[in-house]
Amino acid sequence: MKTLGILTAFVMLLSAPAAAQNSDLDPAGVGQQETPAATAEQDPDDGPLRGTVTDDSAWQDLGIAIAAFATNDNVPTPANASGTEALGLELSRIVYNDLRFNGLFRPVGPDALPRPTYPQITAPAWNSWRGRSAEMLVHGYVRANGDGRLTVGCYLYDVALQSELERAGWVVEPSQWRRAAHRCADLVYSRLSGEQPFFDSRIAYIAETGPKDNRVKRLAIMDSDGANHRFITNGQSTALTPRYSPDYSRIAYLSYTDGDPRIYVYEIDSGRQTLVTQSSNPTFAPRWSPDGQHILYSMAIAGNTDIYRISASGGGTPVRLTDSPSIEVGGSYSPDGSRIVFESDQSGSQQCYVMNADGTGQRRITFFGGRCATPEWSPRGDQIAFTHIAGDFRIAVMTPQGQNMRTLTNAWHDEGPSWAPNGRIIQFFRTERNSGDTSIWQVDLTGENERRLRTPVGASDPAWGPVLP
Amino acid sequence: MNRIVIAVTLSSALALSACSRQPPEITPDPPQDVMTTPTPTATPTQAMGPQPGSQGHFTSAMMGADTIYFDTDRYNIDNDDAVALRRQAEYMLQYAGSTATVEGHADERGTRDYNLALGERRANAAKNYLVSLGVPGERLRTVSYGEERPVATASNQAAWERNRRAVTVMISR
Repeated sequence: MKTLGILTAFVMLLSAPAAAQNSDLDPAGVGQQETPAATAEQDPDDGPLRGTVTDDSAWQDLGIAIAAFATNDNVPTPANASGTEALGLELSRIVYNDLRFNGLFRPVGPDALPRPTYPQITAPAWNSWRGRSAEMLVHGYVRANGDGRLTVGCYLYDVALQSELERAGWVVEPSQWRRAAHRCADLVYSRLSGEQPFFDSRIAYIAETGPKDNRVKRLAIMDSDGANHRFITNGQSTALTPRYSPDYSRIAYLSYTDGDPRIYVYEIDSGRQTLVTQSSNPTFAPRWSPDGQHILYSMAIAGNTDIYRISASGGGTPVRLTDSPSIEVGGSYSPDGSRIVFESDQSGSQQCYVMNADGTGQRRITFFGGRCATPEWSPRGDQIAFTHIAGDFRIAVMTPQGQNMRTLTNAWHDEGPSWAPNGRIIQFFRTERNSGDTSIWQVDLTGENERRLRTPVGASDPAWGPVLP
Repeated sequence: MNRIVIAVTLSSALALSACSRQPPEITPDPPQDVMTTPTPTATPTQAMGPQPGSQGHFTSAMMGADTIYFDTDRYNIDNDDAVALRRQAEYMLQYAGSTATVEGHADERGTRDYNLALGERRANAAKNYLVSLGVPGERLRTVSYGEERPVATASNQAAWERNRRAVTVMISR
C-alpha cells in the first residue's frame, strides 16, 4: 500500500504544461487520481500501430526520437544535484535506454538531439523532427512541486501525422524519480507494440563473488534496468533462488544461515525473516502463487523430495502435492492459479509435468529429446519457459501442452528462466565453462534479441517481479 | 593422562594400518585388526594429533574413504562406495561417541533446485547404508549442498566425477 502513495498516476487533461503548472499551487490536487478521460476517449481503431512484438520486424526500424525532458524552472531537487534541468536529461536517457536495450526499437537518444524548450513539449517543432526522419517523437517534462515531489509528464507523438498518440503524467517522490521514466518507456512500448508494459518492475537475484570453490552468494535486488541496486544479505551464508512476492513486500529465498538449506520469507520493509515452515527437513525451490496467498516449496524427507504448498501468511498446515519416491521439485503456477507445472525424474530423468493446484491430475507434458528443468509458466499463460538439457543447457519455451518446443539461447550453460511481467521477455543466467562466472541475460521470444544485464558483480537466479503497483 | 596415551596409540595405529596396505577389494578388515597393528612410531608432534572422533582424526584414518562418488544423476551405492562406507561405519562403531554429518553434493551440470534434491538423495543413501551397518541413525545428520561446494573447479568429466559425492564429516563435540 505504501508504494501506491509514492507514485501516483494522473492523466493530464490540460493540453499545455504551462497550464498544468498551475497545479503547483494546489498541493491538495497533487497525487489525486483525476478522471482518466483522455485515455478513455481514444478512437476505437486507434490501436497498436502494427504487428506484434515477436513476429513483425518492420516497425523495429521505426525512427523514435527521444528528446531531453524539459523543465519549467531549473530548481534544486533531491533527485539530482544539478537541478531539474539535469534531471530532465536523465529521465529521457532512462526512457531511451529502456527502449534501446529492449532490442525492439532503434531509438535516437537525447544526447544526439536538440533539446526542446518547455513550451515545445506540448507543441513540438514538427518540421525539425521531420527533417531528422523521426517518425515517432517522445517528449516530456519534469517539474518540482511545492511539497518536494516531482511531476513528470510523458508524451508520444506521431511526427508524420503531427498528432499526439499518448500522454501521461506521474507525481513521484524524488527518491522514486526513475520509476516515472520507466512508466514513460512502458507507455511508449505498449502503445507501439500492443503489448503489456514491463519496464517499471524489479528483479531479485543472487550476487556472486569469489572463487568457484568458495563462492559468496548474496541476495540482492535491483530495478529492471539494474538501477537502485541493493544487497540484502551479507554473504556469510549462501543464499539461493529468490522469488519476489507478487506485491513486492516479501522475498522467499533459500539460505544456509542455520547450516541447512531452508526457505525464508524476508519482509523487505522490516528486514525480518521467518521460516516458510517449521520443519527440521530441508526446504528449497520457493514459488509464490499468482495471488500471493500461497507458497510452493520442495522438501526432502529422508532424501525424497516432494512439492508442498503452504499459506504465505505463515502458520497453517502444509499440503503435500506430490507423493512419489522420485524427485519432484520446483513448480510454477499458471496465471489463473489453477494448475502447476513442475519437474520430476520419475521417468528416469528430469521432465516437466502439469498438475492441478491441489495436486491431482498429474501428467507428463515433455516428450521431446533431452530433459526439461525449471519450468516457469508465462504470466500470459500461453507458454512455459524451461531449461532444456541436451548436452548443453539452453533456455526454451513450449506450450502448456508441451508442444512447439523452441530453444531461445545457445550457450554452454543457460539456466533458470524468469518471465518479464508481460510474458514477452525471459531472463535467465549464464554460467561460463571452467571459471563458473555467472551473469544475467535476457532474451525475447524470437530468440534474437539477447543481451546481458549489467550487475555490479556476478549474478545468477534472476526472479523478475510483476509491474510495480 | 591415561586417555591421552590411548588416544595417541589409536591415532597412530589407525594411520599406520591405513598406510600399510591397499584398500581392501571387497570386505574391509574388522576393527579389531586395526587395534592389533604395530605400536606408534610417530614423532611426538604427530603423536599429539587429533582426538578420536574428531574430523582430523577421522580423515587421516579414512585415507580418502570419507568420500563416496556417484554417476550422473545417480545415488546408488556401488561396490567401491560400500567398501568406503564400511570403513566409515567401523570407525563410528569403534568411537561410540562420534557423530557425523553426511554431505551430499552434485556437479555443476545440473539445475540448482534439482541438484539440491540430488544431494539430499546421495547424503541419505550414504547415511542409510551406514545405518544398515549398525551406526545409529541419530548419530548421523545429512545436508545437501547441491552444486554449491565443488572440490574440483574445472568444467570437465574428471572434475564432475569428483564433485558428485557424499562426504562424511565428523561433528566436533
